[in-house]
This record gives sequence, C-alpha cells and structure tokens, in this order.
Amino acid sequence: MGEAVLSVRNLHVRFRTGDGILHAVKGIDLDVPAGETVAIVGESGSGKSQTMMSVMGLLATNGWAEGSVRYRGQELVGLSPEKLNAYRGSKLTMIFQEPMTSLDPLYRIGNQLALPLMAHSKMGKAAARKRAIELLELVRIPDPARRIDAYPHEMSGGQRQRVMIAMALANNPDVLIADEPTTALDVTVQAQILELLRDLQQRLGMSIVFITHDLGIVRRFADRTYVLKRGEVVESGNTGDIFASPKHPYTQMLIDAEPQGRKEPVPADAPVVMEARNIQVTFALEKNLFGKVTRILRAVDDVSFAVRSGETVGIVGESGSGKSTLGRAILKLQPASGMLRFEDRSLMPLDRSGMRPLRRHLQLVFQDPFGSLSPRMTAGEIVTEGLLVHEPSIPRKERDRRAAQAFEEVQLDPAWRNRFPHEFSGGQRQRIAIARAMILHPKLVVLDEPTSALDRSVQKEIVELLRNLQKAHGLAYVFISHDLAVVRALSDEIMVMKTGKVVERGSAEEIFERPREAYTRDLIAAAFLAERGNAATGSQPLVS
Amino acid sequence: MAEGAALPVETMTGPVVTGRSLWAEARGRLVRNRAALTSIIVLTLIALACIFGPFFTGHPFDRVYTDYVKVPASFEAYPKPDQIVPQVERIGARVRAKAENIRTDNGIVHVTLVSSSARPIDERLLAYFERSDLFGTATVVERQEEGRRLVIDVPVKRQHFFFGTDANGRDLLTRTMKAGQISLSIGLLATFVAILIGVIYGATSGYLGGRVDLVMMRIVDILYSLPFIFFVIMLVVFFGRNFILMFIAVGAVEWLDMARIVRGQTLSIKRQEYVQAAEALGVETKGIIRRHVIPNTLGPVVVYMTLLVPKVILLESFLSFLGLGVQEPNTSLGVLISEGAKNIQGATWMLLHPSITLVAILFCLNFIGDGLRDALDPKDR
Repeated sequence: MGEAVLSVRNLHVRFRTGDGILHAVKGIDLDVPAGETVAIVGESGSGKSQTMMSVMGLLATNGWAEGSVRYRGQELVGLSPEKLNAYRGSKLTMIFQEPMTSLDPLYRIGNQLALPLMAHSKMGKAAARKRAIELLELVRIPDPARRIDAYPHEMSGGQRQRVMIAMALANNPDVLIADEPTTALDVTVQAQILELLRDLQQRLGMSIVFITHDLGIVRRFADRTYVLKRGEVVESGNTGDIFASPKHPYTQMLIDAEPQGRKEPVPADAPVVMEARNIQVTFALEKNLFGKVTRILRAVDDVSFAVRSGETVGIVGESGSGKSTLGRAILKLQPASGMLRFEDRSLMPLDRSGMRPLRRHLQLVFQDPFGSLSPRMTAGEIVTEGLLVHEPSIPRKERDRRAAQAFEEVQLDPAWRNRFPHEFSGGQRQRIAIARAMILHPKLVVLDEPTSALDRSVQKEIVELLRNLQKAHGLAYVFISHDLAVVRALSDEIMVMKTGKVVERGSAEEIFERPREAYTRDLIAAAFLAERGNAATGSQPLVS
Repeated sequence: MAEGAALPVETMTGPVVTGRSLWAEARGRLVRNRAALTSIIVLTLIALACIFGPFFTGHPFDRVYTDYVKVPASFEAYPKPDQIVPQVERIGARVRAKAENIRTDNGIVHVTLVSSSARPIDERLLAYFERSDLFGTATVVERQEEGRRLVIDVPVKRQHFFFGTDANGRDLLTRTMKAGQISLSIGLLATFVAILIGVIYGATSGYLGGRVDLVMMRIVDILYSLPFIFFVIMLVVFFGRNFILMFIAVGAVEWLDMARIVRGQTLSIKRQEYVQAAEALGVETKGIIRRHVIPNTLGPVVVYMTLLVPKVILLESFLSFLGLGVQEPNTSLGVLISEGAKNIQGATWMLLHPSITLVAILFCLNFIGDGLRDALDPKDR
C-alpha cells in the first residue's frame, strides 16, 4: 500500500433536523493510498455519500463535520470555502450520480469544461478550449472538436457522465471521488463508464474513491473496500479478502443479497389470462401545419405474447426499449393498436368506463416507491382506494379491516396504516404499493421495475414477497426490468426488447444459458459483472 | 385470500399508530420560524382588535363630534384644559351672556354667566352645553340679580381619541378598526373566492389536458386581457357602488393567477406515478382530481393565498383611494389613507395611523407567506 493521499480520521457528520440532531457519520477512519481505488460500500442511509461530501466541503447548510480530513498533510475540515477551493475542483474532484442534472442546461459543454481550467490553471480562453477538446478525447467522446459546442440535452446519459468525468479530470486531480457514477445509467453503458474510469486511472495514476451500493462494481474495480453501516465502518480491508471471507454479518448479508432461486414452472393446462397480439404503440414526433403526422416513433413495434395464470413473463431491455410502454399498453393505460384479450374478452374496443370493471383484475406496480404513493394520503387510504372504486358499498370498518389484512399479506405491521408514506422506508413503501394492487385480488399484475430503486437486501425481500404472493393466488405477472438477476429469479419466459422490437425470446433458462443475440449477451455480461469479477479474483490479481 | 374473505384479523388488536402528515410537519416547521410565528401572533391580535375593538372604544364608528374636528392623536383625555375656556365663552355668547370666573376642578366647570342685556338669561338655552361634545348637562347652582347672573356647574365629558379624529370629527381609532375589519374580510373572502374557483378550474383544465385545457386556458387569457380598472368602473357604473361588488370584481380577476398556478402544478402531478396508479385502479376523473391532484397542489396554493390576501387588501385600498370602493360611512384602510393623504399638511395622524395598520397587516401576511413557503418546501424534507 502506497502513501495515503487522503486520510480521514474520526470523522463525524451531524445534521440539524426538525426532529433533533441526526448523527449521520459516526467516527470514520479511512485512507486513500496514491494511485489506488477505494470503494465505500453501504446501503442507502449508511452515510457513505455524506462522508465524501464533508471531505469536499459540500455538506448541506444544516450539517457540519468534526474530526480530521488530511489531503497530503493539509487539514481540510474547518477550512474556509475560499481556501478549500484551492484543493477541491483541482486536486480533489467529484462526479455525481445524476448526469442529467449535474450539467447546467444553459451552457455548451465546452464552456462548462473550460470554466474550471480558466479558474484553477489560469489558462487563456483558446488554451482552455484546446484542453477541453483533449479532455473530451480522453473520455472517448466521438468527434470532440464538434461535440464541444453541444448543449447537455443533445447528449445521452452516458455521454453526459463522460463529460462530467472530463470536467473532473480537467486539472489533473490526485483524487477522483465518484458518487454512484453509474447507478442512473443503463447496464451496458455502466460497463463502458467503469471501463473508462479504470483505463483513465491506469493512464493518469490518480486515486479513485468509489461510493456505491453495487458490490459487483466493487469486486471488479476496487483495491480496498470499506463497508459502512449506519455511519460506522463495520469492515475494511483488501477487496479480495473481504469478498473471500467476509467477517461482519452485514458484509455477508450484502454479498449474499443477490436474489436467489428460480421460478417453478407452471402446469401446462393453466388458463391463459392475457393474450396480446401485434401490439403497436406509436408517438407522433412531428406534425405539419395541418396537424398531419409527419414523423412517428414506434415505441412498441409488433409485440405478441401470452401470460398464463401463475406464470411470469419477464421483459428486459435498456431504457428507451419500449418495455414500460408495452406494460402500460396491455393495461390500456396507453393508446395502442393490435389485439388484446383478457380471459375471454377483447379489451381493444372498450373505452375508459368500459375498462373500469376490469381494472380490478389488472394491476400495476411502479418502480419508484417515492413517486407512486400520494404524499397527502395515509398508507391505509392509499391501499383501500381501489375498494372505493370497485366495491363502493362496503362500509368503512370493513374497508379498514381489509386494509389491515392487505398489510399483513405484504408483511407490514397493520398498526402502521394511519402513517403517511414519507414515514416509511423505500422497501416498506414498495410493499404498500404491492398491497394496493393485491387488495383487489387481481389476476394479472404488471410489475414495472419494482425493485430497481431499492437496496439489494431489500430487493431480495421484495422478490421473495412477489414470489409468495404469486404462489398463493395464482397471479400472472408481467415483470419489466433491466436487472437481469431479478428477472432470472422470477420469470418463466423472457422477452428481450430493443428499440420497440422483441429481439429474442425464450424460457429463462434458454436466454441465460444460450443467448443468441449479441445484445442479449451484452445485457447479461453487464448484469453479471459480479460473478465474472468473482471468477477473476481467484486467478489473477486485481488492478493495481 | 379468498374473494371477499371475511377472516377475523386477530393481529389488529395492537393500537393503531397515528401518522404525522406532511401538514403536521409543516406546522412544526412554521412554528419554529420566529418571524412567521411573531407575525401570526401580531396578525391575530390585530384581527381580534379589529373585530372586538369597536365595542370598547366608546365611540360608534360613524359618530360625528363637531367640536373635535381633526384633533390630534393623544393619550390624554379630551377636552384639553385650554379648549374649555374658549368653548365655554362661545356657548356663553350663544345664550347671550358673558362667561366669568371660569374654574375647572374635578371634571366640573364652574362658571358665572352674566347676561349681556337687561333681561334675565333664558335657562332653556343652557341646553347648548349639552349639545356640545365637551360638556354634560349644566345645572344652575345659584341665581343672582333676578336671573341676570347665573352660577352654573357644567360637568366635562371626558373623551379619548387615541388616534385623533378625522375631518368630520369621527374617532379615528374606531374607524381604523372598522376599516381593518372590512379590509381583512375583503382580503379573506375575495381570496377564498379566487382560490375556490382557481383551484377547481386549474386542476380540471390541467388534468383533462388536450383540447379542453386549450379552451379553458384561452378563456383565462381573454379575461386576463380585460383592463382591471376599466372592468371595475364598468361594474360600478352598471350596478352602483356595492360591497358585494368588490368581492366579485377582485375575485373575478384574482382567480386567474390561481388557475394558472394550479394548472402548472397539475401538469407535473399528472405525470406522477400515484396518479397513474389511481388510473390503473380505475378511479374516476373526479376522484383523481379530488383525492390526488388537489391535495397535492395545496402547498403552493396556501403560500399563494397568504400573498394574495395582502394583494387583495392593497387592491381594495387602491380602488377605495380612487373612490370606487366601499361607501361612507363604512370605511376601509384605503379610504382612510386616501383621506389622510388629503389632509397630510394639517393632520398627519390621519395618514399615519391607518397606514401603520395597513403596513403591519401586510408585513405579517408576507412573513407568514414566506414562513409557509419554507415550511411546505418539499426540498427541506
């Protein structure tokens, strides 16, 4: 281990909140050796981001840090923002999770890149521009001389993240802090960004601090790992050692959090719940003066499938592949053409009010457990809303009883049903969303990325819950996800979608064991970084 | 779970935890905001004073004191000692007598009236004392020289004019309170009307979207383009000056802003997954707007409301200043300030006191609005 560039000793971070003082980071020690990659791993709320935010002096106004953070011997805690600016942005730089909002939409990326150069390296305008082009080339943006004058909205998420990295590299930093840099990106793009970071590290010799909840990345990229739980380091050491023999139960739990098990096959005589044939969804992109559509986007292009009772159809694909649109189209929440049959009834001719009685059989669970529950209603009200619509005659008391029952079914304490959504954790909120769908005893549930916004350990529980509910009620699931590990654990049949078309379909086993399309192989490779990395640890040393 | 299962749920025995709603949390934050809390207290006190004060000042708001026209604000009781002698002499002259030996003690004026002619003083004329705003009923203590010389005692009526009086000799304190009553009630009622129409209209327009939204918002645009003052003058010309008309005029204009704000909010709420989830449950449009859209727009609406109340009060003041507002003897802060402005040279208190009241009310409302915005800001969560 080389000399530590950045060393943190007994760091405490506290926040003043409405409910008293929140002690987010409780005395953390960590060292970042020169030229190495250090991963800080933990679930949401473990204080992993706040540790690095306090290093950068970027804590929210109600927070403050105590302890010691030394960059090459210089104490950073308690330094005035002006003095801190001599280090941050030049020697210590940071990239963030959300590339969509980290760039200012009003400025060309060239200007945004040149700004720190002109500020820190005292470069002239022309020199800064030249250097900006070099940087874009460094992060492998194609045709950098032209792209430098692009606005952020003209670039994809992956490209924007590359620009962010270029900005961070502008002044030859010693330490690059990457706060979940790939979480918001598609799996295949994720892999490219990680590859880029590793390559840059080897070429430029800086240290990288990787903040992540994704152990697959850690295993593959980090030399040292710190595992954080509730603001404390529970385990630290060489990445290889930690993965080979985790000592702390929390670390073990994180490593084992990959969803386990496979779906039991459905009996061949199970009745078909829903059949969709030649589903097409188109959006008008441009209209001419007379309202005639001149350009269209086929979000879903000629997709057919059938789901039997008790069966799960998994739909995988990157963002923009049309998988969510398809999910909404089969519930008739999105105008579409084609043939749609629920049990023995055709759904296509039905209008809004015609669909209403059928809605109770067709339910939907969303990805974002923070956006899918109305913040002004209690959990009980949210869960029973469907009863108000479909069984308006039942009295209040009975509704309350049914809510309690639904809460039990998703393993939530029924006593909490008068609480509001913001008082629950992400996983609990997702349970509420599932309870809302289940209270009506549906026959088909469309699950639109129900586990993507959750921590791995919570994901595992939700997958378990969904599996049990399916078994108990013979539910048919349409499971939409980009996370192949989860899809594999739940699905009988898998459809791989790309730009609105199904490029490959087959049983879960077929898809994972013998993928035919290159696209499918990419997806699988990107999703199972962890397992590949695992294989690597045995045979060869990690990046050094 | 079987269809319509009626299982008894044993585990429901535990006490049900009551949640803390976002409103409750916002209230907590608001109370911790000192400026807002002070403003709430001050505003409550002003409102209470405006509602109940007029019963305790001892002056009806429309009582004219002809002897106290434009007297300055004072904590001492009127009449002042130097007012008594000239007033007694004036009344003496009216009863055709000369006032001599004027002495005041213990609120009673002892006067000797000497007839200026050979005839005795007509005692009925002593009623002039009573008619004056300064004195009570005069009693004759002693008659001398066959009634040509009367020794009388006149009790002094002590009156307080803490804010002074106006150009017609009405107590300004009472009138300011009355004006506050009217201004606050116009502010609150017009705001309420504006919000009721605006929220329902905006939420409906935003949620339905498409062509309906287009038509509804164009109607708003057309109403926007009507010049407000012109609109009010038209109303006044056609229907005469009327208190109710104020609400209609102000409400009819102010809901437009509200509708736009709520529509904007609705457009973003419409994309929220909880609205889509409700659609997937088959909830009717009315139910979605009522249960999901409107409650979630209320944060900005409440903030806008506290800023709308002062706006409406100012608007009313402005209309009243122009002479289009409330009618005499009723009054509002705008009317009082307008009168005060006319008399600024000789009687500054007539401008000062209503202005301070208005400014205090506006300050409080604005601070409360600011506090509410901070308290309801979801980013703070």
